[in-house]
This record gives sequence, C-alpha cells and structure tokens, in this order.
Amino acid sequence: MSLKPPLLTRRRLLASAAAGLSLISTGAYARVLDGTAPWQPFAANPPEQGWTGTWRFFNEAEARTIGAMADRMIPADDLSVSGREAGCAEFIDGQLAGSYGTGEKLYMQGPFKEGTPEQGDQLPWTMAERYRMGLASLSEYCRKTYSNEFADLDGETQDEVLSGLETGDIALSPIPSKTLFSDILNNVMEGFFADPLYGGNRDMASWKMLGFPGARYDYRPYLMKYNEKLDLEPVSMAGRAAWQTEATQ
Amino acid sequence: MTGPAKRLPHTDAVVIGLGWAGSIIAKEMVDAGLEVVGLERGGWIETGVDFNINTAPDELRYARRQELMLQTVQNTVTARNNSAQEALPMRKWGSFHPGNGTGGAGLHWAGITWRFQPEEFRLASYLSEKYGDEVDPNLTLQDWGTDWSEMEPAYDYFERIAGVSGKAGNINGEILAGGNPFEGARTRDYPTGPTIPTYAPKLFAQVAEDLGYKPFHTPSSILSEAYTNIYGMQMGPCTYCGFCTNYGCANLSKASAITCVLPALVRQQGFTARTRSEVLKIETDSNGSKATGVTFVDSDGQEWFQPADIVVSAAFTFENVRLMLLSGIGTPYDPATGKGQTGRNYCYQTANNVRLFFDDKEFNSFIGGGAIGMAIDETNNDNFDHSGLGFVGGGSTRVGPIGAPPIGSRPVPEGTPKWGSKWKQATTENYNRSMSIGCESSSYAQRGNYLSLDPNYKDRLGRPLLRVTFDFPENDLRMSQYVTDKIEEIGRAMNPRSIERNAMTGHWNTVPYQSSHVVGGFVMGADPETSGTNKYLQSWQVPNLFVVGANAFPQNPGYNPTGTVGALAVKAAWAITRDYLKAPHQPLVQA
Ligand SMILES: Cc1cc2nc3c(=O)[nH]c(=O)nc-3n(C[C@H](O)[C@H](O)[C@H](O)COP(=O)(O)OP(=O)(O)OC[C@H]3O[C@@H](n4cnc5c(N)ncnc54)[C@H](O)[C@@H]3O)c2cc1C
Ligand code: SF4
Repeated sequence: MSLKPPLLTRRRLLASAAAGLSLISTGAYARVLDGTAPWQPFAANPPEQGWTGTWRFFNEAEARTIGAMADRMIPADDLSVSGREAGCAEFIDGQLAGSYGTGEKLYMQGPFKEGTPEQGDQLPWTMAERYRMGLASLSEYCRKTYSNEFADLDGETQDEVLSGLETGDIALSPIPSKTLFSDILNNVMEGFFADPLYGGNRDMASWKMLGFPGARYDYRPYLMKYNEKLDLEPVSMAGRAAWQTEATQ
Repeated sequence: MTGPAKRLPHTDAVVIGLGWAGSIIAKEMVDAGLEVVGLERGGWIETGVDFNINTAPDELRYARRQELMLQTVQNTVTARNNSAQEALPMRKWGSFHPGNGTGGAGLHWAGITWRFQPEEFRLASYLSEKYGDEVDPNLTLQDWGTDWSEMEPAYDYFERIAGVSGKAGNINGEILAGGNPFEGARTRDYPTGPTIPTYAPKLFAQVAEDLGYKPFHTPSSILSEAYTNIYGMQMGPCTYCGFCTNYGCANLSKASAITCVLPALVRQQGFTARTRSEVLKIETDSNGSKATGVTFVDSDGQEWFQPADIVVSAAFTFENVRLMLLSGIGTPYDPATGKGQTGRNYCYQTANNVRLFFDDKEFNSFIGGGAIGMAIDETNNDNFDHSGLGFVGGGSTRVGPIGAPPIGSRPVPEGTPKWGSKWKQATTENYNRSMSIGCESSSYAQRGNYLSLDPNYKDRLGRPLLRVTFDFPENDLRMSQYVTDKIEEIGRAMNPRSIERNAMTGHWNTVPYQSSHVVGGFVMGADPETSGTNKYLQSWQVPNLFVVGANAFPQNPGYNPTGTVGALAVKAAWAITRDYLKAPHQPLVQA
C-alpha cells in the first residue's frame, strides 16, 4: 500500500467534458446589477422547456381532437374550467415536442415482444409516434363511422367514442385503442394538474378546485392545525417573476 | 468507443458509485489518509445549484418524468416472474426507482431510517430454533455472519452522519415510553428529536394506542431541527414542503450523500470525484484473486483504466451484482442446484396497505415529507408469535404523509370513473379526506428468485442487462393477508366512510411503484459457499474488493433498508481503515 502525500493544488472534481466544470470555479466575481433580473429562467438547473407559445408537435386537426377530448375528460362545471380551457392540449404539445415525445431517455432496444401484463409496456413506438399514428386511426374511425372528425361530434357521441377506446371495444391499429386512450388520459391529467409552467393548469384552475396550495414549500405554521380547512391561496413556480417569459404569460 | 482504454495514475482506492455507501466509505478512507478516486456514472448534484424553490417543487419533472432517476436508455433490468418465462426489459421504471448522479437513490429517497433488530442478523438460526420445521422449507433464509454488538456502533455512527430524527425506545435495555419498544438496545438516543406528525398520523397513533398498540415517531432522515453532523455538515429543519420522495430538498433538510458527506469530502485533499464515468468492469489479476483496478467509460465514450490497491463497489444492489457477474467474481447462482454466490437470495419488500375515506376530516395531505409520521411495530418481523400461523415475517405499520402533489395523488373510491363529471366531483370531494395505513413488509428468499445476466438484452454499450427473476413466495403472500387484516382492524376503528384493502396478491408486477428496496444477490455471511462477502463486506474471492450495499442482505425484514446500508458502509470503512491496511490483500476472516 502506497500512502503518497496528497497533491495540494489538484482539482478535486474531474467532471468529464460534457458535464461542465462550473462546480470548481467558485471565485467571487464583482457584479453590477442594473435593471435586468440577475436570475434568468432556464439558467441554473433548468427544467425542460414545455409549451413555448406555438404548436411544435400537433397539426391543427390533432390539436383540435386533443382539445375536444380534454373537454370531455375534464368537463367545465362549477368546479373548474374544462381541460381544454386549462391548456391541456398545449401542455401535451410541449411534452411531445420534448424528450417525453422522442423517448430518448428510454430503453428502446429490441427485440420487442408482448410479454405478460406484469412485464409492462413493450410497444416499439415513441410517445410522439403513438400519438401521430393513434390520432390518425381515430380520425379514420370517426370519419368512417360518423362521417365526421372527433372534434365535430356532439358531446354524447364523443363520450361514447372515448368509452369505446377506454374499454377496447373500438379497435384501432397499430396503436391499440386502450393504449391510445390511457396515454391521452394520463397526459391530459398531467396537463391539468402540473405546475402552470408547462402550459396547462391555467390560473392554477385545478389547484384551486382541489385546495392544493402548490409550490409553497413551507407548511410549518400549519402543521398542528389538525382537521382544519386551510383555504390557502395556491402559489405556482410559473407565477414567480423569474418564470415570466413569453411562453408562460 | 474511442480507442483502447487509457491508463490513469495509480490511486490507493477507487470507489464505484457516490451514493450513501460509496460516499461514506470514500470519506472515511480519505480521513484515514488514503488517496481515493470516486467514480460516478451520473452528474455532480449540488443543493445550491440543482434544488431551489424556483425549480424544486415540480411534480411533472421529478415524480412523473423521473429526472433524478437513472434513465433506462443508460441501463435497466429485464424482468420475469419465473425461469420458465422470457425476461423483458423494463423500458420505464415502475416497481422501483434507481438513482443516478451523486447521492444515488439516496437523494430522491423518502428518508425512513431504521435499524434492523438484533435477531435479524441470525434470522435463519433464530427462526429454526423457535419454529423448527414450521418454517416453509422453500425459503432459503441465511444468517448475516455478524451480530448486534458489531452492528450497533455502526448504526449509531450512521445516525450521526444523517442526523436521524426520532425518539429512542430502548437505551441499554431500558424500554422508554414513546419510542419503539421492539428496537434493539441502543447506546444513546437519536441525534435529533422526532418530527411533528400531521393530522393523519396523529389520528392513527391515537386510535392505535386505544387499541393497545405502542405508537412511535417513524425514524427519519428528514430532519426535525437544525443539525451539524460528525463531518461538520450543517442541515436545516424540514418545512414539510410535500415535494420530498422522488425530489431533491432545497432546504438541506433531507439527509443524503449530497447534504451530509460529499460537499465536505470534495474539498479534502486526497479525494477526486469523476462524474459521468461509468464503471464497466472490475479488473483482476490472472488468477482472479486480486483486483488491479477498474475500467470505466466517460461521457465522451473514452475508456479509462484506473489502477488501485483497494476497490469498493457501492453501485446499488443491481449494479453491484451486475458488476460481479461481468467481472467474474463469485460463481453465478444456479437456481436448479442452489449453488453459487452471485445472484443468490434476491429479495424485495412486500407492500401492503389499506386506504380510508372520510366525510368529516380535513387531512391537509399536501403537508408532509418522506419520513414524517407515526408507526407501530407489533405487526413486524417476529414481534408476534407465529406458531401455527403458517408463515414467518411481518411488516412495519405506518401512516406517513409524504405530501400530495395532485398529478399522482388523487385518491378516489374504487369504482369511480376515470374521467368526466363524476370523476371530477369524486376527486374534489376526496382529495383532502383520504389517508392510508401502510405495512412495509418482509421479503424472504426462496430458491427460484435470483439475479443473473440476461441472454438477450444489452445495454447501450453492448453489455448484458441484469435479469431479475422474482415472484412473491407463498410465505410472504400469507404474511400479507395477516398483516393487512391487522391494519384493516385499526383502520375500521378510525371510523372511515369506507375502507379499501390492498394486500399483496398474485405475481410481482413491474408496473406500479412498490419500493426501491431491492436486496440480496451478493450477500454477506460466514460461509463462502453461500455468501459473496464476509461480515466486513470483503469479497471472499478478491480480498482487496469490498462490495457494499443492500445486495449484502440475505433477506429483507419489514423495514426500509438504508439505515442498514449506511451501517454496513460504516462497518466496511472501519474494517478497511482500522484492520485491512495493517495487512493489505489479506482476508479479514479466514474462509
Ligand atoms: C423513491 C425512493 C424512496 C426511498 N425511500 C427509502 C426510505 O424511506 N428508507 C430507506 O431506508 N430507503 C429508501 N430508499 C432506498 C434508498 O434510496 C437506498 O437504499 C439507498 O440509496 C442505497 O444506497 P447505495 O449507496 O447502496 O446506492 P445509491 O444511493 O443508489 O448509490 C449508488 C450510486 O452508484 C452509482 N453507480 C451505479 N452504477 C455505477 C457504475 N457502473 N459506475 C459508476 N457509478 C455507478 C449510481 O449512479 C449511484 O449514484 C428509497 C429509494 C427510492 C428510490
Ligand atoms: S419535506 Fe422536508 S426534507 Fe422533504 S424536501 Fe421538503 S423540506 Fe426537504
């Protein structure tokens, strides 16, 4: 065992090139703060950009279909605005345009086999592909059955179609109808309940509905208010000045 | 890959993985004067940079898109319920949430921090002495080869690294009111006082006490108060923000390697961290009995050889076992013969719970943290007599409000539609009026459950994925029904409008999250035939290799694992710095 004296001037943290070396540059720099916000959104540890204010994935017809679905899945009533009004389609567009859509973080190597239910989702397509192909075959189904697009059906018929997808009674290909339905429902709910930062949950509509106070981060004053309704005004990350970019306004 | 591996300068020790286990061992070795290189496949994560309240409370990013977890494109496992099936890859994490980057899974963990009980470390002997052949012969339980007198000081030390909040139930044999009366004798109390229970755990504790149980505060690495740990790291009190499990903490309140160890260590002479550097193999000399160092690949695809006198593998259960298989350490376990050390005794945790719905309660469920809450232990392990019950084991019963960010936390009674007006109404009515009682239960080894290399699926570098073959043993399914009966009784005594029972039944399913408490596969023990390491976590085959993590557990009791992972890391670190260095390359226990 060699116990060499440690080098005095060595960098302690050797991140490889891609990781950047910012950690070790801890020097104090003089800074002038003059009217521009010192903290930029998407600076320190940015989230992936979601909705940017323009459609990046859906074409107009797809966006209409998703909006119409969100209207039925989360209908407008006394409790809240509808899923479409809350921005669910915009939210999903932002997701599908990003890494969620491309599947770039997922293991997508074959062989692809169906497997048991316990082995989980084994479909060979990315989310973006599932939406594109799934919505196309849904459109085809609606035109064949009703001579109309989903978005142009009346509410009751739309519900019938949604139920048919949910149970699998309506058969679609190649994306199974149940998969298409559960993907869309899942993403609509994410859009409705996520921080408004990502384009959905406008005005924190869902949080107000539930009584969820959002991104408050300190509940110590309320800890022992046992069995009391708190009615706390919600706070969102998106609501902070730092996030007031065009996309979130 | 860009050409052959380049050789780095020699170092005294190399540590694979900078989660809880690797960071603690690296710190202790550097403190003892060794030169240490830490290799971490993910990035360097720092509270001040990565977690602030402009970005931390983001359910979509952290809980749904799993940003702190290992990405399956990088590495995943294949899974099947039994050897007759073909294993398929987990393309998205479900059942468990492995970590990536400094802090490992112990960064986005929940922080419940148990000590196992003294009997656990000789479980096979203990149960056979007590129940004889009542114990299901299909179980392959083993002793750990260590005992309480060796474990207690290591637990104590880990608690002082993490600053664990709680209240002692047993100090030097004296049973103390308000603590867990079933815990092993400890030499002193927790370093910080217990966290404050919110309404749901408060109510649970009251009702449980009325029924004769002895409730206590769940031991927590979510800190109740400010604390400076034994490495001089300062932590702040938890604000019960409710974005805790699966998230990083912006308050320095959740103990992890990034709050308790690494910021101190990285400033020390003698330590170098290399991040985004994934170890491919532990290299050994020609007869396979001495490690010469490790080969790793950086994010540019460059391969490196890091020579070292000591190799510590602390890459979490799955990757520790995969590295042993890829490096030819131990004999791969064969379920047909029951022989072989590597892949052996893979176990999990058996999750059970009941969900309660009320009309007249406001739980304010959004207030909480990973390890806040109240527990009882009468239902756990061998804390009750199992004679004639047809199973062994049990689980720790807890009410733990972890927070209720609403994409994932919208409890509604069974039978509620998943969308439309009725869904919305039920969601709104029940959001704040539901709670659950969980029973995190034991998982005992059986012959057909094991880890091996997958013959079909490869990682992005062309190396076989790890294959998990696992299903719940009959013993554990019987146990689940029993403990769920018990928690259902308590639930009913709380007078809910309705109660739903979720005892573990059927096959292990990779899709819903259950826990990241995957254990075994390269276990510690006293017999080199049935264990990969001795009680100091030192490989029997390669004495300058230490393999540390929950892979060392021969089976899993009804407790979360990390208190014991931390204690084993301390134990290994002490063995290296106090004994091994006096006679390098020698086994600390004779085979
Ligand atoms: C959501 C969640 C909640 C949890 N809650 C609890 C709880 O309440 N109580 C409890 O006791 N436990 C809990 N756990 C479990 C706990 O996180 C683990 O037991 C603990 O982190 C294990 O520590 P470790 O050091 O062995 O592994 P890790 O903390 O995972 O560290 C291993 C490190 O090794 C790195 N690594 C892996 N492979 C390589 C390689 N080939 N080369 C280089 N580096 C590599 C990884 O990136 C990682 O950083 C929870 C886990 C999760 C995910
Ligand atoms: S609940 Fe407490 S420990 Fe957990 S993230 Fe929030 S402040 Fe940190």
